[in-house]
Amino acid sequence: MNLQVSAQSLIFGIFVGGLYGLAAVGLSLVFGVMKMLNVAHGELLMLGGYVTFWFFSLYHIDPFLSLLPSAFVLFLIGMGLYKGLFSPLAKLHEEVKIKNSLLIGFGLSLVFHNLAIRLWTADERSVSVFYSGWGFSLFGLRFPFIRLAGLVLATIVILALQQFLTKTYFGKAIRATTENWESAALMGINIEKTSMVSFALGAALAAMAGTIVSVGYAIHPAMGLEWTLKALIVVVLAGLGNIGGAFVAGVLLGGVESVSALFVGPYMEVVGLVIFLLVLELRPQGLFGKRSE
Amino acid sequence: MLEIERINVSYGDLQVLWDVFFEVKKEEIVALIGPNSAGKTTTLKTVSGLLRPFAGEIRFEGLAMGNMPIHKRVEMGISLVPEGRGLFPGMSTLENLELGAFTAKGRNCKEETLEQVYQLFPILKKRKKQAAGTLSGGEQQMLAIGRGLMSKPKLLLFDEPSWGLSPLLSKVIYEVIGEINHSGVTILLIEQNVRMALQLAKRAYVIENGRIVKHGDGRNMLNDQHIREVYLGTESV
Ligand SMILES: Nc1ncnc2c1ncn2[C@@H]1O[C@H](COP(=O)(O)OP(=O)(O)OP(=O)(O)O)[C@@H](O)[C@H]1O
Ligand SMILES: [Mg+2]
Repeated sequence: MNLQVSAQSLIFGIFVGGLYGLAAVGLSLVFGVMKMLNVAHGELLMLGGYVTFWFFSLYHIDPFLSLLPSAFVLFLIGMGLYKGLFSPLAKLHEEVKIKNSLLIGFGLSLVFHNLAIRLWTADERSVSVFYSGWGFSLFGLRFPFIRLAGLVLATIVILALQQFLTKTYFGKAIRATTENWESAALMGINIEKTSMVSFALGAALAAMAGTIVSVGYAIHPAMGLEWTLKALIVVVLAGLGNIGGAFVAGVLLGGVESVSALFVGPYMEVVGLVIFLLVLELRPQGLFGKRSE
Repeated sequence: MLEIERINVSYGDLQVLWDVFFEVKKEEIVALIGPNSAGKTTTLKTVSGLLRPFAGEIRFEGLAMGNMPIHKRVEMGISLVPEGRGLFPGMSTLENLELGAFTAKGRNCKEETLEQVYQLFPILKKRKKQAAGTLSGGEQQMLAIGRGLMSKPKLLLFDEPSWGLSPLLSKVIYEVIGEINHSGVTILLIEQNVRMALQLAKRAYVIENGRIVKHGDGRNMLNDQHIREVYLGTESV
């Protein structure tokens, strides 16, 4: 095994890992505010990818330019899903709420999966732009332009989210609701509205990840579950609600998976899950999380 | 200003308040006292909207609050300093205070109110960058009170403000509550430390097993036979 190959794998792993991070922050945001796991998060990511694919094949819009439009479409879909399906759960008791939200999530993921097969067939799709082949080499290592751009965009989006959550009033309201929703309500924060916007924002973040996946990689109707799992692993690694941590943990997971693929081949997926279990067992607050009191 | 008309409240099947009634007039300090589990916290939670009565009505400035959501009540001028403080532990002292001013009214005069809060509790200014969860117990209570003031409330509800504090600190907190009242804010206070509460309050209500059993003038209550026996642990005058 030579160093060159390992280094190249690591670089590709980091590119993918940035997307794991982006997928995870949305999931984490929604979980934080609503205290329920959206198991259809990966399907929202898939939809975001197809929206970009559609914009590209129907209107020839550059996929990187459709990052925001695709996010906007999923933001609206997210609002609709929240209003129609998740909002009524808020009034239920904790246990029933968690159970029902999982059922709704699984139901949604099946619906979206089949809808995608209907609309776009089960084939793998990828947006192939004229600059697909561009890139450069450094120390004999290959840096494809579209993947590098994907990582840069993911980083920018996460930094912007970080700024939004720490600098704006609404962002602070989201963090306050995450920490203690009753106290947040007592500050005059409208919890229903905050939950809706957070859910929609989570969907928009998933869409942006999906957009980047559709250019540098490939999308297909069954990809959702895989991405939900990746996002979940990253959220657990980083510690819930830790946005910056999620990005780092995503990059870490991507790097580890990719390098371990050299040794264990197709079992690299298992490596992620093993790390997931180890962290749950040994450091349930996450790698970067503080132990909660 | 606040009229509670025979409210009944339950947690699921378990009823804990029975026909609870009381009134708080403008610029008064009213104390609600009672033993553990009497339903004091439940009463304040119902006033602030965290719980809904299944019978009875709550009126604020003449307006029935029925199913009004929590945040609307804050906008109307009701602010709760909750039991156990309810801070946002991972957020800084300043962020906690800023969130207190989340309503439009609070935001309009945020800087001014912030200065006033820093004047009441200078230590909060020193701690403004520090995470609320890392403050001492006394500082946390000051922050909770300061945060409650940031919305410019007309009515401030306190759930055991001296909880977990030394006698000296409790005295400081009580002096501040008096000052807040002097500045024109109406106050409804729950307290375990009955003597302190009755000295401060103009009027008081006693709640036992979810029912109001007695009410009257704060100072007179201090001399009441039942109160002395049960809450003050003294019999002779
Ligand atoms: N979330 C809840 N679910 C079920 N029962 C509850 C809940 N909260 C309080 N209770 C019950 O309601 C009754 C009144 O509780 P409450 O907290 O209002 O009392 P309190 O007067 O504030 O007591 P303390 O002085 O201990 O704070 C108690 O019997 C308590 O066990
Ligand atoms: Mg209580």
